Amino acid sequence: MSYDNELYQQVILDHNRNPKNFREIKNATHHCHGINPLCGDDMTVYLDVDPEQGVVKDISFVGTGCAISKASSSLMTAYLKGKTLDEVRIIFDEFHKMVLGEMDPEKQEHHLGKLKLFKGIRDYPSRTKCASLAWHTMIGALDEKTEEISTE
Amino acid sequence: MPESNTGLSDKPAIDIEKVRRDFPILSQTVHGKPLVYLDNGATTQKPQCVIERVRKFDAEQYGTVRRGSYKLSEQATLMFEDVRQKVADFFGAPDRKEIVFTSGTTQAINLVAHSYGRKFVNSGDEIIISNIEHHANTVPWQILCEEKGARLRVIPVNDDGELIMEEYEKLLNAKTRLVAVNHVSNALGTVNPVKEIIRKGHDAGAKVLIDGAQSSSHMKVDVKDLDCDFYTFSGHKMYAPSGVGGVYGKMDLWESMGPYVTGGDMILQVTLEKTTYAKPPARFEAGTPPITQVIGLGSAIDYLTEIGMDNIFEYEKSLLEYGTRLLQEIDGLRIIGNAREKASIISFVLDAAHPHDVGSMLDQDGVAVRGGHHCAQPTMIRYGVPATTRASMSFYNKFDELDVLAESIRKVIKLFS
Repeated sequence: MSYDNELYQQVILDHNRNPKNFREIKNATHHCHGINPLCGDDMTVYLDVDPEQGVVKDISFVGTGCAISKASSSLMTAYLKGKTLDEVRIIFDEFHKMVLGEMDPEKQEHHLGKLKLFKGIRDYPSRTKCASLAWHTMIGALDEKTEEISTE
Repeated sequence: MPESNTGLSDKPAIDIEKVRRDFPILSQTVHGKPLVYLDNGATTQKPQCVIERVRKFDAEQYGTVRRGSYKLSEQATLMFEDVRQKVADFFGAPDRKEIVFTSGTTQAINLVAHSYGRKFVNSGDEIIISNIEHHANTVPWQILCEEKGARLRVIPVNDDGELIMEEYEKLLNAKTRLVAVNHVSNALGTVNPVKEIIRKGHDAGAKVLIDGAQSSSHMKVDVKDLDCDFYTFSGHKMYAPSGVGGVYGKMDLWESMGPYVTGGDMILQVTLEKTTYAKPPARFEAGTPPITQVIGLGSAIDYLTEIGMDNIFEYEKSLLEYGTRLLQEIDGLRIIGNAREKASIISFVLDAAHPHDVGSMLDQDGVAVRGGHHCAQPTMIRYGVPATTRASMSFYNKFDELDVLAESIRKVIKLFS
């Protein structure tokens, strides 16, 4: 294939085809609905947080969106499972800065692990919101936002 | 490109090589590939004559209009009003004063919703739109209805994207104040039977607005023959600069309407107690208009007239037929909108990939298409898709560009499957 761009790496294509944690969590402790009004992406993120230890016991998502948003949601849920809420917020900040091009995971210390594969998105400003919708929605759930989260 | 595919064996309607030389932007490459510009439904590129006219006007002739008593301003005013005449002639309007310049179709519809709607639509009245309108021809009416306690009614569409006319007839009644539908659907390409819609609307005593954003540059439009009450258009979709458009309205309606945007130039007299308004069209053109853009619009209209709207229609029809055939052959591709009467727009979805991914992937091959809901979410909901990819063609597109599109789509399917 001649498509040699950072946007559609094999990992992203795989997670788009077979997303992880693509399901509802019954009795979730937190959930939030997020939309990207410009493109119509629409998703709900569910979390089951252990109130004693502040640990994400389970996290999932459902919704419709492009490969970038689906793969981002899939990788996010896989990565955050088992993390503490403090860790989750740090990772959110780092991810957000990375996709906006404000943090270079090759040069700066981070806690993003394989999530750094979304680094290339900074070269496609029209797609940044596709990658960050799940993250904003997840934080909205933790902040117990009752209104819809919008990327606009 | 074999001659038979164009369906124009005798005399090609369009000298495509000559036309392409008129548009300097088309010769560029994107990601190392020749640009294939297929987002003409969103906005059109500018021919050299428009670019040059705008440059010359700004460099040598620019001045304010309808104000100064000096030569530059007087000349600019004459040129500006000359374009109003060109627009009137282009759309078959009997009187140039029936053309009001706006920033584009969105503002044009808002103007009518505000100035006509707020005055003549009352509680209990009804406004009819269709299920395949742009948000610009939906939201202003929703707001008006909410404000007035009026009811918004919607003409349904069949699975091919055609308005169900029997249902339209059932919606019309003595309470119908206004019918607002597009001439061509931006999301599906459906050409609506506007003449019939207008006649039936009038029979019920309603006024009819036609959103011409997608028709004005693709076919001959004659507002007098259509007998519409309002017809709106956007300059940037007809090869003119962005920031200018307008609305044709029947003079008796304009005269009955109050202003929309208020301020300078739309008044007859202002005292601190009371203001009386200027006659149309000045009443609806407060403030300094987009002068340079209007001049550019005049040049674009000259260009379209020289090529001939009938030639443009025929050529784009051949493009549509060719492109439709190519895309129909692709497994896993479904065209949304298969109306019998269509303008050169093909909206489609792939089983394998989301429209936004398709757009980004096609861009890698130099192909510019639109992926999204096209500001027509009710249309997307009707067809059960979150978004579509839309290829919208112009008379400057070549048949082999559609081959590139089809080939690029096949690559996307292969990669995403």
